[in-house]
Amino acid sequence: MTTQLQSPGREGYFGPFGGQFVPETLRAALDQLTQEYHAAQADPAFAKEFDRCLREIAGRPSMLYYAGRLSEQVGGARIYLKREDLNHTGAHKINNTLGQVLLCRRMGKKRVIAETGAGQHGVATATAAAVFGLTCDVYMGAEDMRRQALNVFRMELMGARVVRVDSGQRTLKDATNEAMRDWMGSVAHTHYIIGSVVGPHPFPTIVRDFQSCIGREARSQMLQTAGRLPDVVVACVGGGSNAAGMFSPFIADKEVELLGVEAGGTGLSFGRHAASISCGRPGILHGSLSFVLQDEDGQTAPVHSISAGLDYPGVGPEHAWWHQMHRVRYTTCDDAAALQAVCTLSRAEGIIPALESAHAVSAAIQRAAELSSDKIVLICLSGRGDKDCNEIADLLAKVAKPAGATAKEGR
Amino acid sequence: MGLENNRIVKKFAALRAAGKQTLLPFITAGYPNLETTAAVLRELDGAGVGVCELGIPFTDPVADGPVIQASFTAALAAGVTTRGIFDVVRQFRRAGGELPLAAMVSYSIIFRHGVETFVNEAAEAGLDGLIVPDLPLDESAELERFAAGGGLALVLLIAPTTPAERRLEIARHSRGFIYYISVAGITGERTALPEQTLAAVAELRRHTDTPVCVGFGISNATTVREVWRAADGAIVGSAIVKRMEEHAGATPQEIAGVVGKFVRELMA
Ligand SMILES: Cc1ncc(COP(=O)(O)O)c(C=O)c1O
Repeated sequence: MTTQLQSPGREGYFGPFGGQFVPETLRAALDQLTQEYHAAQADPAFAKEFDRCLREIAGRPSMLYYAGRLSEQVGGARIYLKREDLNHTGAHKINNTLGQVLLCRRMGKKRVIAETGAGQHGVATATAAAVFGLTCDVYMGAEDMRRQALNVFRMELMGARVVRVDSGQRTLKDATNEAMRDWMGSVAHTHYIIGSVVGPHPFPTIVRDFQSCIGREARSQMLQTAGRLPDVVVACVGGGSNAAGMFSPFIADKEVELLGVEAGGTGLSFGRHAASISCGRPGILHGSLSFVLQDEDGQTAPVHSISAGLDYPGVGPEHAWWHQMHRVRYTTCDDAAALQAVCTLSRAEGIIPALESAHAVSAAIQRAAELSSDKIVLICLSGRGDKDCNEIADLLAKVAKPAGATAKEGR
Repeated sequence: MGLENNRIVKKFAALRAAGKQTLLPFITAGYPNLETTAAVLRELDGAGVGVCELGIPFTDPVADGPVIQASFTAALAAGVTTRGIFDVVRQFRRAGGELPLAAMVSYSIIFRHGVETFVNEAAEAGLDGLIVPDLPLDESAELERFAAGGGLALVLLIAPTTPAERRLEIARHSRGFIYYISVAGITGERTALPEQTLAAVAELRRHTDTPVCVGFGISNATTVREVWRAADGAIVGSAIVKRMEEHAGATPQEIAGVVGKFVRELMA
């Protein structure tokens, strides 16, 4: 079962999921990318250069941190954090963009494009493009540009152009459509850096591989620090890249429970969440067959999440496979609980998590509370919350009864 | 069921026998409403066009430019569904309409309905072909099988980026005609045809007897005429939909009249 889980049968497929459901115009570019990736994997110089980039640019390895005060507060399992929030640019996204920019250079392409929701992938792409002197255009929904204004500024400061997308719900899905349309006309000289383990083959595989440094490091750090593997590993799932990067090195460790947390939004009825696996079913979106949120005619459903990075009606095909094989359990965390988790972690550990990561923190706290103190729960803290602070302040002002709630708990 | 009685196949056989080229207008089904679609089909049936492409609105058409996207969004906002579109086709056939019809539809929609169900319903309604712009050859085996069984022509697409050998492989599998995409890019009006297009079509025709039609970016009679020098048909989409958009407030008859006048100009 392990080998089945790890190697797709037909290339580009994870069980029945994945594939390349794209316009013919893009097929050649996907073939080129697949070949280039195989060549890069066989080239020790590529691995060496990627490794250098991860160290010198991203600042890896990221720390493993024992969240002692949080664990004490929860009163259950010991909670560890894999600190992807400490990476340069503030999230796990940089791992992928550095790898893909190196592939882009191998292909001799001079321009990169990306879609972004929370802006973290856009910032990470802009950063990698600046490091290597590539032209960079980032597509971003108008609603996300509002929610994540700081990241828009950061991208522009680094020389990227942010292209505003006004179609659909003006969020991540619509930005992805627009990036694909750009690529339809620019494939000859442009590489599309997809920001998650979604899209047509080979993207889900490439992005997972570039992100798997998270899980590999975390696994050996756990062995070193605690002398054993964690009992539970938790990560938030938007498209699923931080989760895939964290989970994949643990897939073969059958005793380790893997928990993916999707955006529960304001409730699990149509249009109010972004929980593609928990509430969706197999369908096709953005080039691959996976779990999607659609109406019965096959039209993509409207989605909602407090966090721009999870606000997406699809999920990577490998997650669909892990779900179907019962290797990973997928659950949801709603907007309110995520917001609560931001406050909890900030006060307990002095770490302000991204709203996306807060979904994982919330679910992990719940799971840890069910376990005894000899158990270990490891959280992928995918990013830091600086980008969200304005949004969080607004949201807290809305939920705060009298403002005293905050004052009372603080010391 | 074979494809000998398929309207698209028969149409191109007749055109070839007469040594003629044709026009393939694309309209967004249900835009601005289903009554207009019905009226436009009747109009086109008498206008001497080859095949009408009925675009089934989709939320995420990655191969389409702003004009067709906007028409999809408007049609969906007005509540148009695939079944509603099939009903219009069914009524058109019941009233004796003989115009060959191909649905241009995302595989997301086909997959959600179920490949077999979708094909059966489309064939039963009176459609003759399917064009699935986001389904490359490598993923099309299942649809190919059911379409053949249901008597529907599955039209496959070739892009300027398609390698030579793959072009022939696609040509071998395509039924009804082969859709040659003139530009690497999305749909939308362009003023001129890329230079290589005609040479590519001519090369393709040396290897296949299946008719070849050219689409993406064709917007005026001059370009249609140019395409006809090498191909069996010219596909015009955004230019028609834009005219429908300009008259979106008019009656179905009026919009049908606008479309009819424009396609006659294109074929003049
Ligand atoms: C910090 C952070 N975590 C998680 C995500 C969600 O993406 P994924 O599920 O691909 O990790 C994002 C996306 O923007 C993000 O910025």
